[in-house]
Amino acid sequence: MGEKIATRAAYGQELVNIAEQYPELVVLDADLSGATMTGSFAKAYPDRFFDIGIAENNMIGISAGMATCGLKPFANSFAMFSAGRSWEQVRNSVGYPHLNVKIVGSHGGLSVGEDGATHQCCEDFALMRVIPGMKVICPCDGNEMRQAVRALVEYEGPAYLRLGRLAVDTVTDSIEGYTFELDKGVQLRQGSDVTVIATGLMVQMALQASETMSKEGISVRVIDMHTIKPLDREITLKAARETGAIVTAEEHSVIGGLGSAVSEYLSENYPVPVVKCGVQDMFGRSGKAPLVLEEYGLSPEGIIEKIREALIKKK
Amino acid sequence: MKNMSETSLELLAAKGRKLAMETVYNAASGHIGGSLSCMDALVELYFKEMNIDPQNPSDENRDRFVLSKGHCTPALYSVLAMRGYFPIEDLKLFRSIKGHYSGHPDMRHVPGVDMSTGSLGQGLSAAVGMAMAGKLMGKSYRVYALCGDGEIDEGQIWEAAMSAAKYRLDNLCLLVDVNKLQLDGPTHQVMPSEPLDMKFNSFNWNVTRVDGHSFSEIEKGLTYARHTKGMPSCVLLDTIKGKGVSYMENNFNWHGKVPDAELYEKAIIELEDSISRLEEKVNG
Repeated sequence: MGEKIATRAAYGQELVNIAEQYPELVVLDADLSGATMTGSFAKAYPDRFFDIGIAENNMIGISAGMATCGLKPFANSFAMFSAGRSWEQVRNSVGYPHLNVKIVGSHGGLSVGEDGATHQCCEDFALMRVIPGMKVICPCDGNEMRQAVRALVEYEGPAYLRLGRLAVDTVTDSIEGYTFELDKGVQLRQGSDVTVIATGLMVQMALQASETMSKEGISVRVIDMHTIKPLDREITLKAARETGAIVTAEEHSVIGGLGSAVSEYLSENYPVPVVKCGVQDMFGRSGKAPLVLEEYGLSPEGIIEKIREALIKKK
Repeated sequence: MKNMSETSLELLAAKGRKLAMETVYNAASGHIGGSLSCMDALVELYFKEMNIDPQNPSDENRDRFVLSKGHCTPALYSVLAMRGYFPIEDLKLFRSIKGHYSGHPDMRHVPGVDMSTGSLGQGLSAAVGMAMAGKLMGKSYRVYALCGDGEIDEGQIWEAAMSAAKYRLDNLCLLVDVNKLQLDGPTHQVMPSEPLDMKFNSFNWNVTRVDGHSFSEIEKGLTYARHTKGMPSCVLLDTIKGKGVSYMENNFNWHGKVPDAELYEKAIIELEDSISRLEEKVNG
């Protein structure tokens, strides 16, 4: 297992790493650069960093205008604000004209922790996913985040990238055969009884759950679905066919996110039980991040519970 | 185009008003009131002020225009068609499923449209982004945006105004079509926005206030803006909603209403009268 690092930190470092190679890359923030980790880019490339102040809607519009002129803007705030408050700006000024703007939502999900419900965005996948042509990406660890940033700066079009606040174990660097490709899920662990399709920090928990279940003789496949939209249909269909039951795991509402995307696809193409591990149509609350996650069932144990449920439904 | 006379511009605007009226009537849908109030400014921009080439609408060095009050496509599309971006005949496809001349500007389908707009309050931010990009890339193009005086109820306009001043965007010029009416009624009743000059001044913008139906006045404002360094410029255009059609002037009911056959005929007669009068004047 590699270093323990928050995806937001890996993101901030990678922006600096690629800045020389991509002179059109510009970074915008809304007075949160210390938290979204764009601060190091600001320091290294002050001419290409724009602090728009606490005005996310304007930041999105400015990014759209910049993109029409050939720049590659990455617009940063907390997920609650870049995807939430600015949703309509993202839809109309970025999505509709299909402009090359990367909307970045840091502090996604419950793992914001102490700040509580107003800042715990569990709706961003749903909000961004519903916009035509918008990619939605949520890497699980620092290694995957770095590759996602590199892929996104190359990709010409609108995309939403979710970053996490909490430091997480790097797992993808030690999995043999792991490669990152936009729009493609990655099978991290083989399994034949049930598949957990996870995104973000739920991937590490899914791996732990799979390990625990193997001791009971239950073979749990784990898929890392870093790209929530477009959904990798091939890997999803294969998992449904070969394991016959799916558990989705995400730090997001069970409404509208990864679980919904998987259900929508499978219900039309290969109906199997899909059990969703996520936030159950509730607001979050303050607390230490790991404790909040646990409270809402976002833990290896929570996933195991859903696996058992899926296995019963499969029969 | 740079040396067009004031009368020639007035004639173009009169023709543009007639085209906008025909376009809305043909579509049986569209916003005529605000289109008529901003027509003169658009003609001045596209036929005199801006450095553009209709044959090369995506030239990276071109001046940009953002119609932030995006519902005034009858004016924008008419001016773009007259300027040669697409055939005037295409205006018949306005708001029609048979074409892509949508109700609000669509940069992906309509040649000459620099930014898709329509959701009020968002265009100025895009224009700010374009101006910032120009500065960053060392380009000399200028960016123009047109807002309505109702539109500026939107808070995002003022977010954009602050940021334009922060980045000293002297390559940005905002025109505000101050026609004093919005959908629900007079702006001073719906949401008082005046004094606009003091508001923009206090946001560190250079402000001029001119008669938005006088080409020499509009030109004066734009020229002052062009010569202003270190800060963005705002030209407040005092205009009349429905300008050029007597029964529509200063009547907010014509914000988004289409005239019936009888009133349409009346409008066309009035607009054609202006055209003939100006043609005589141009031809001496």
